[in-house]
Amino acid sequence: MASKKTVSGGASASAAGEFYAKYKPWIGTAIAVVLILLAPSVMSVYNLGLLSKYLCYAMVAVGIGLAWGQGGMLTLGQGLFFGLGAYVMAIHMKLSDIGPGQVPDFMAQYGITEVPGFWELFRNPVIAVIGVAAVPGAIAALLGLAVFGRGVRGAYFAILSQALVAAFSVLLIGQSKTTGGTNGLNDFKGFFGYDLTDDANKQMIFYICAFLTLAMVLVVWWIRRSFMGDLIIGVRDQENRMKFLGYNPASIKVFAFSLAAMFAGIGGAMFVPVVGIISPSDIGVTPSILMLAGVVIGGRTTLLGPVVGTLLVRFAETQLSEAYPSAWTYIEGLIFILVIAFVPMGLGQFKGLWPWIKDRLGIGSAGSVAAAAASASVASAGDGGGDVKAAASASAAVTA
Amino acid sequence: MDMLFPQIVAGLSNGSILLLAALGLSLTFGQMGVINNAHGEFMMAGAYTAYVMSTLIGNKTVALIVALVVGFAVSGLLGLLLDVALLERMRMRPLDTLLVTFGVSLVLQQLARDIFGATPVYASAPEALTNPVTVFGYSFSAGRLFIFILSIVCVAALYAVLKLTPLGRQIRATSENRDLAEVSGISTRTVDHVTFFLGSGIAGIAGVALSLLNSISFNFGTTFIVQAFLVVVAGGVGQLKGAVIASFVLGLCQSAIELPTSASIGQVAVFLIVVVFLQFRPQGLVSIRSRNLA
Amino acid sequence: MATLSKARVIALLCAAAAVLSTSGCGWGRTVAEKDALDANSTTATSAKSSCVDTSGDTIKIGFVNSLSGTMAISEQTVSDSLHMAVDEINANGGVLGKQLKVVQQDGKSEPAVFAEKAKTLIEKECVAAVFGGWTSSSRKAMLPVFEADNALLFYPLQYEGMESSPNIFYSGAAPNQQIVPALDYLKEKGYKKLFLVGSDYVFPQTANRVVKAYAAGNGMEVVGEEYTPMGSTDFTTIVNKLKFSGADAVVNTLNGDSNVAFFKEYKASGLKADTVPVISMSIAEEEVSAIGVDNVKGQLTAWNYYQTLDSAENKKFVKDFKAKYGENRPTSDPMESAYTSVYLWKGMVEKAKSFDVDKVKAAADGVTFDAPEGKVTVDGENHHIYKTSYIGEIGDDKLIHTVWQSDGPIKPDPYLKTYDWAKSLSASSESNE
Repeated sequence: MASKKTVSGGASASAAGEFYAKYKPWIGTAIAVVLILLAPSVMSVYNLGLLSKYLCYAMVAVGIGLAWGQGGMLTLGQGLFFGLGAYVMAIHMKLSDIGPGQVPDFMAQYGITEVPGFWELFRNPVIAVIGVAAVPGAIAALLGLAVFGRGVRGAYFAILSQALVAAFSVLLIGQSKTTGGTNGLNDFKGFFGYDLTDDANKQMIFYICAFLTLAMVLVVWWIRRSFMGDLIIGVRDQENRMKFLGYNPASIKVFAFSLAAMFAGIGGAMFVPVVGIISPSDIGVTPSILMLAGVVIGGRTTLLGPVVGTLLVRFAETQLSEAYPSAWTYIEGLIFILVIAFVPMGLGQFKGLWPWIKDRLGIGSAGSVAAAAASASVASAGDGGGDVKAAASASAAVTA
Repeated sequence: MDMLFPQIVAGLSNGSILLLAALGLSLTFGQMGVINNAHGEFMMAGAYTAYVMSTLIGNKTVALIVALVVGFAVSGLLGLLLDVALLERMRMRPLDTLLVTFGVSLVLQQLARDIFGATPVYASAPEALTNPVTVFGYSFSAGRLFIFILSIVCVAALYAVLKLTPLGRQIRATSENRDLAEVSGISTRTVDHVTFFLGSGIAGIAGVALSLLNSISFNFGTTFIVQAFLVVVAGGVGQLKGAVIASFVLGLCQSAIELPTSASIGQVAVFLIVVVFLQFRPQGLVSIRSRNLA
Repeated sequence: MATLSKARVIALLCAAAAVLSTSGCGWGRTVAEKDALDANSTTATSAKSSCVDTSGDTIKIGFVNSLSGTMAISEQTVSDSLHMAVDEINANGGVLGKQLKVVQQDGKSEPAVFAEKAKTLIEKECVAAVFGGWTSSSRKAMLPVFEADNALLFYPLQYEGMESSPNIFYSGAAPNQQIVPALDYLKEKGYKKLFLVGSDYVFPQTANRVVKAYAAGNGMEVVGEEYTPMGSTDFTTIVNKLKFSGADAVVNTLNGDSNVAFFKEYKASGLKADTVPVISMSIAEEEVSAIGVDNVKGQLTAWNYYQTLDSAENKKFVKDFKAKYGENRPTSDPMESAYTSVYLWKGMVEKAKSFDVDKVKAAADGVTFDAPEGKVTVDGENHHIYKTSYIGEIGDDKLIHTVWQSDGPIKPDPYLKTYDWAKSLSASSESNE
């Protein structure tokens, strides 16, 4: 709800249109910042908490947009990285709650008297903060080097990522003496020393979530404009051609995949103070695929689509699943079926409509026509597999 | 040492379950590159067929045989419907089918819950299959023996269809070189539909068979689907041989690892074995030689 | 452009930070400050003033049960019996003259959702009390919510113990009302070698720690302990291990679907109830038909209620339930416990003459109810209830028949403090209190 504004900043005069075209990202960012700052004054603490939760999923979605939309890596296992970040944060929060020399209550129940080593590592707040991004990032990089280096891709990669998240949740449950098992970790008192029950602190946590999401969108925006962005798209559409041009597709993929994993890890880390619990059921096979729902709706190749889509889907879930639990499952299923089969670019598919309408009404400008052309090519670029036109334009960009 | 023999049998039995679950998947993945996430729900449809038949037909043996036939047809038709309605239009973007079929699996699960209720049901099996059989002084589950034999029969039947019938030749031609098959006068569209019907139908048979071991509920298929995917990936694209070997190797590995450790470690180990294995053979155990760039 | 944009990003963020700091937003209370405040006042600072509306002639209460997801199968039955209790109470004039209005929420079988829905019920719906939860995970997830908001949860399931929250009333069995009697029964019957099989989560693992401590102190031996991931359906290896372990009885804490696969495998491998009996902690009447009565007849269960109990209260309960929900629906321990919990809350409210949480808690001690399972009494100290324990045998009729029962209601002891053999258990969990 907060950081999706760029689309709607309408301009009516052509001078304003030019100004808008030139400074669009800055206007968008500024509007997003203002909206984020205003949100707490118009929303109850309860709704703010829900929005913070949606934002945690939006962070994951931004990463999926990069890895899947741009990089073509369909990852069904973002729950793995979400979970790693979340558990690192949860371990830190648990340890700082109980103080040195004590063990968490569930360990005491299992008769464990000393905190295990991988817990002790994250007692230090600095290491914990670095860890929420570094641990998922490093694991993704290792995994990426292993599978991309050997040319595993497409459906094979998707299945492997799914298998890994399944293995991870089985492992978490199996090692319940040190991970809390199916109960997961919960009952936290403080977030870096701040009382989690205090409304002012909840508001700060919302700000952190919102600004982190915004920062991630800006990072992806920057990557998309940079040479790296062209490389990522090139690898998606014509991996072999990229190889012949002298690039190493594996390392480009590893970069995008690890960054996506870090975003997911950070999202997971914020999920813990927001929701107050992390357990294997938040990160299994199905939750991991559902993390894609927002990206599918919003448009996988667009910059803001994943965020907007995720906020929409999660909001709808809260609204509908209470009143109509059974109907909501149908809706979830139909989102995947209808959108992917018939509107594969999601809301992004309609992006070309706005400039078209503007042209028809005679309020357009040169800039918007260019934008229309650009968005049309974005829309066609995403058709997975072998879209020759997009591939050609991408590799042209590379050789230039 | 006492436990060695029963554990090998357990491993083979697990392998045959994996094989039944993965066989149809392997067929459709090989030909169309479609990873059918709703495959587990087609198994569920088969299992519910077994339940319905066991309530309609008094003689449990007849009920089981009827269920195998009807289950094949029900799941096959579901698959055909899926292919005609959705997947056909997505031949150019196979990766997306993974997500579309995930949506289908959500809808089918909810449908099953609305039709049959959330409470698991139980298809009463023929008496003979619930009792132990004794071989070399060891008792084994007759139901598992039946599933083992059924899996071998399915593989043999599928092999015969692929090798001996004109349809089989068309399927093989299409999966090896779609364009060449098309210009040779094969309607690849029809062949795709038939393949999908066959692959989904086998899921139905698997569902009927596995209902002998488990209760039947809306999440019946989810128990098997991730491991079935792994078998397909490890076995190599569209190769019966690969799927057969991968199923039994993974089944035996799981039983062997589970013995000294625990069930959860056994499951995790199987996942890791496949990841490591793909390091050495990224295209799976058996792959078609082709001049396509890897 | 790129470097320029970075500078602008930084500038923007700085501006944002400046706005934040000047507009009075910022971090609030720290944990240390809160602890200091809590120590200085009698009521917890974190407890927000309740928003419960007691002015009208209705009062809202909340149910949170999984109506979707894997636990829906079980929790739907609890939701049904909760609704039945409320309907009965409303038909008889309500509580303190007010009709009860139920707000039902779906916990979706996920702990995080339970926490969220509990919060919704307390903070948004402003209910006077919440009933529900099933898995230990769901209770553990909701516990901090209820403690932070100083609200009331009535939790209906038997569970692993080692817990006693001031904001939860536990109407199911504590370990000494289910696990310990089951072991007493096995000991009495002369079983010496136990094989433990359970699902991989907190109840089986904690229950089995109790079993092991009991075995060590009572001349029994645990010859195997196996856990399987929840929902797992492959029991070949575990049953092989069981057969070769030389066990003479099995203590089963498997959950849900896994029981079906386990008992089918158990039967197919040639094991029998009269040679190696299985005593189950989580198989109630409705599970029997899902597992298939052929696979479990003759096996033992340990609970505090069976549909077959012979009392006037139970006959009425069974009759009313079947009239409301259908002749083929069995009644079971968790359902009865949930039903009873609504009446216990009613008793507490009427004793306190108030819906106020603190007054209700203060009035709780000694509240009794003639429940279908027999007379139950609330222990005000640990918030559990006195219950009678029954060991039952599964019959051909898909029902469970009592073969042994305790001498009257057993005093709840969630930490097993009163048992010599359990010293090591209670010591380790008390150390953190």
